[in-house]
Amino acid sequence: MTLRELKPGQSGKVISLGESGPMKRRIMDMGVTPGVEVKVIKVAPLGDPVEVHVRGYELSLRKEEASRIQVENV
Amino acid sequence: MSYRIALAGNPNCGKTTLFNELTGSKQHVGNWPGVTVDKKEGVYRKNREVSILDLPGTYSLSPYSAEEIIARDYIVKERPDVVIDIVDGTSMERNLYLTMQIVETGIPMVIAMNMMDEVEAKGDRIDCGKLGELLGVPVVPIVARSNKGTDALMEAVLQVAQSGQAPKVPDIYGAELLQAIQAGALTEEQEERAADLRYTYIAQLVKEAVQRKKSGHVETKSDKLDKILTNRILALPVFAVIMYVMFACTFSENFLFVPGLPSPGVWLAGIVETVWGALAEGLIGLVEGAGASGWIVGLVSSCLDGLGAVIGFLPLVLVLFLLLSFLEDSGYMARVAFVMDRIFRHFGLSGRSFIPMLMGFGCSVPALMASRTLESDKDRKITMMITPFMSCGAKLPIYAMFAATLFADSNQTLIVFSIYMLGIVVAVISALLLNKFAFKDGASNFIMELPQYRIPTLKSVLIHAWEKVRGFAIKAGTVIFASTLLIWFLSSFNFSGMCHMEDSFLAGIGNAIRWIFIPLGFGDWRASVGVVTGWIAKENIVTTFGQLFGGVSEEAIEAISAGEQALPAITEVFTKVSAWSYMAFNLLCMPCFAAVGAMKREMGSWKWTLRAVGFQMATAYVVALLINVVGNLIF
Repeated sequence: MTLRELKPGQSGKVISLGESGPMKRRIMDMGVTPGVEVKVIKVAPLGDPVEVHVRGYELSLRKEEASRIQVENV
Repeated sequence: MSYRIALAGNPNCGKTTLFNELTGSKQHVGNWPGVTVDKKEGVYRKNREVSILDLPGTYSLSPYSAEEIIARDYIVKERPDVVIDIVDGTSMERNLYLTMQIVETGIPMVIAMNMMDEVEAKGDRIDCGKLGELLGVPVVPIVARSNKGTDALMEAVLQVAQSGQAPKVPDIYGAELLQAIQAGALTEEQEERAADLRYTYIAQLVKEAVQRKKSGHVETKSDKLDKILTNRILALPVFAVIMYVMFACTFSENFLFVPGLPSPGVWLAGIVETVWGALAEGLIGLVEGAGASGWIVGLVSSCLDGLGAVIGFLPLVLVLFLLLSFLEDSGYMARVAFVMDRIFRHFGLSGRSFIPMLMGFGCSVPALMASRTLESDKDRKITMMITPFMSCGAKLPIYAMFAATLFADSNQTLIVFSIYMLGIVVAVISALLLNKFAFKDGASNFIMELPQYRIPTLKSVLIHAWEKVRGFAIKAGTVIFASTLLIWFLSSFNFSGMCHMEDSFLAGIGNAIRWIFIPLGFGDWRASVGVVTGWIAKENIVTTFGQLFGGVSEEAIEAISAGEQALPAITEVFTKVSAWSYMAFNLLCMPCFAAVGAMKREMGSWKWTLRAVGFQMATAYVVALLINVVGNLIF
């Protein structure tokens, strides 16, 4: 399942990022690495992007980006 | 002994606040070469021998954005004596990632553990001694915003500077990977492994040095506020109200809907204008009294006009940036981007582009300067190119003149409104085209931190606004001053000396270039001269027409500018269609010199400024041509 499929309030553990190159580096620099737990906080008023809680802070990313990140239930 | 200290840290970690506390008002703001990233330098206010450089806020040292490349190159190549790494104690895990990368460089460093008041308020405990032991680096707890712990921090920094003690690189990478990291040449696989190892090590550090009252995600005050500000239903109305208040405070002449009550921005601008006007009049009187010849009086008065043009914008810049830096530092600007992203993404822009574009309806000068808050270079450039298409206040008198003269029998409000709409439509189309053809490579993403809401300190808001005012006055001022003088010279001289505008060089130029405008419907020398004088300030077009179309009095020009009186003589040259075309051309073509000066300052290069102006000129020409051709087919 992907990060996009998680509903607000649900958590997941990241399995893979599904990106490559600078984008992947960016996502990892921001603390989203395989094994980390993320919790979806909310979806923006217009339906996109989403806000997630990771490593003690709030990160926003677009659904398109979230749909490439594989997660598993915790 | 003099030392060079660099401040490094994540965005929103309180780095600039600490910088302001350490340097006081003794700071110098410039640009890093080739990019529009602020370079701030200062000296430690308690020891002039210690110079402090504020590196751009970055999440990592990997070369992703211009900011990260600057920070990395400075630390690795310039090798400051000590790097102060500021860590936000409330989100240590992510902040320590940059710390790890600085440790890897082997440069002597000190960690400033910031926001300790918020950490304590949450009931958490950070054992700075323990953390320092594990990393081999002094860790000093501070609260930058109330200046707590900064003396102890600087003491530790000076000790490290004297001893040159390097951090101890943890034994987690293996020799090969560490070598690759230090050479800055990692394969993608190595990068992934390095990131993983760093975060694993950080998790261990945090486990040993931090005691949390509650684990996992705890709802903070900031989260509660966010429930309103990014609420599904309330977010957009709240945003609209905040934007309205910001716009009204800066530009409104009927503040808070009270007729005739000026907003703080307009009020200040009025005072500055009155004082400057009196001063200028006095000076001209003195020069005249001294028996100076006509051209000297003209030169002095146009120099004063040039200076006045610069000074007149300062109140607007000041008021807008007081408000903007409050929004930026409070964390709300990140939410604006979060809420608006969905809409602006379709135009290839970020939600943050909304603010400069909205401010453009007041005045392009502060609007262009507001584009600094955009993170991506591509978004920033496109936003700057299209912001002047938002019709500013100074363009309104032009529309009023044409509406009262040529559209007296039509709905004049609708005519003016149509020009405003035209600007918006052209801006959107331009953004789409620029994205598709001119900036193909700049992939945009939205991996962004939503920082905790914090009330910014008055000091940091004031310093920020002051920097903007100073920067505009100095950097843009020269452009405005020089071009105003040039146009004055062209419009009041010919080869035999001083003359009226009708016989001046400018009239000659108008005649020489008028053919360019024939396809647009206004191939008249006076219309051409109007375009040129409009570059000093767009409302000048009305004054110029008043002079060239039969010498109208100053009172009449005021009435014409307000749309209360017509200027019948212009019907010699303009039809309804060509009037519309002329309005569109002046809306879209090069903005006034003040805006070009602001653009030059923000773009950081003449090359890009000229490209932007070229793009605006071409757009204006094409749109006016379309209006004239299509308009004449229909009407």
